[in-house]
Amino acid sequence: MNPPAPHQHDLIACHECDLLQRLPAAQARALVRCRRCGSVLHHAGRDPFTPPLALGITALILFVISTSFPLLDFSLGGQHASTYLLAGIRQLYLQGAILLAGVVLFTTVIAPLLHISLLIYVYLPLTLGRRPPGFVAALRIMQWVLPWSMLEIFLLGVIIAAVKLAEQATIVAGPAAWSLAILVFVLAGAATQVHPGRLWDRVA
Amino acid sequence: MSAPVDNPIVHDLVGCNSCGLVNRWPAGLTRVRCARCNAPLTRRIPRSLSRSWAFLTAAVMLYLPANLLPIMHVTSLGQVRSDTILSGAEFLLIHGMWPLALIVFVASILVPIVKMVIIGYLLISVQRRSPARPLDRTRLYRFTEFVGRWSMVDIFVVTVLVALLQMGAVADVRAGSGALYFAAVVILTMLATFTFDPRLIWDNVGKQDE
Repeated sequence: MNPPAPHQHDLIACHECDLLQRLPAAQARALVRCRRCGSVLHHAGRDPFTPPLALGITALILFVISTSFPLLDFSLGGQHASTYLLAGIRQLYLQGAILLAGVVLFTTVIAPLLHISLLIYVYLPLTLGRRPPGFVAALRIMQWVLPWSMLEIFLLGVIIAAVKLAEQATIVAGPAAWSLAILVFVLAGAATQVHPGRLWDRVA
Repeated sequence: MSAPVDNPIVHDLVGCNSCGLVNRWPAGLTRVRCARCNAPLTRRIPRSLSRSWAFLTAAVMLYLPANLLPIMHVTSLGQVRSDTILSGAEFLLIHGMWPLALIVFVASILVPIVKMVIIGYLLISVQRRSPARPLDRTRLYRFTEFVGRWSMVDIFVVTVLVALLQMGAVADVRAGSGALYFAAVVILTMLATFTFDPRLIWDNVGKQDE
């Protein structure tokens, strides 16, 4: 393998159209956009570590609640049932829909948990003025896993299922449904606070 | 375009696909790694078009069984009802829940079709070296990137119903074979989007002026 190539920090090649441009020296605006295709090139300005860390820890707590309490309570003529996220995946598995169970497990449990854990893993040492071991790998996995974490879509699925059943039975949202609803907003908030470009700048 | 088109290739520079750092690509060297994150440097996503075509073709083929086969079977009071994606949306509509019916119809039926058509169009336009409307094509790409995941919602509805009505006296819900095909279509179209390199759209822009 060849030695590392020389590089230039004030240049940026747009990741969507590859236009080469110079980052403005005085970064007055918070958001620098590509002048050709308009994609976000760079977040300038302050880049504090505490908000992403706080949101990451909040997300972890909410995720634990969302998986350990019932999502929906169902009652019809003296019959009661509760549903848990993991029970649904287990039931799919028991029915023989093993691949499907795997897809749901990955998109609603593994990917979100990985994303949340990496948020904490990356930002906790940074707030203490250190870089975590395997920083580059952590950033790479975090970027890769993000589109596969589908909790907000799962929440919509829970709502649709509840409405479908509400015709015939009494459906009450359980603690997990509420925590999931908050979790979706916490993760959306984290997405606005995390600037991958700024994190990569910490590598060198 | 009036703005000067400045292409990194002209300058022997390359932006890292992983961390975005602009590296100098020394002449004569074939395999260079990013100075910052050590990822192998490539000008475009390797074999972007053929891989994206492969994922798209697979998605199109699985689209039929995904929509024709039932995604779930509901047994209640001795009667079995099988629901496909379309009849699930129809059920919501008949029962007066048209906002939800609309969401399901858009997310599960409209979005996958529109997405496959858009990716196909982007692939063909890049292969034909079309310089037309690059910004609009980039916007189409962003749209598919953003919207594609939401088709998964039907799979999650099945998961919740299966969990809630397992072996109950009221009803028994089982996932149908269509569900796996449908999940596969969503995943494959997502992969087709991620392997498509939007920078290819801009490679032919301005070439006609030269």
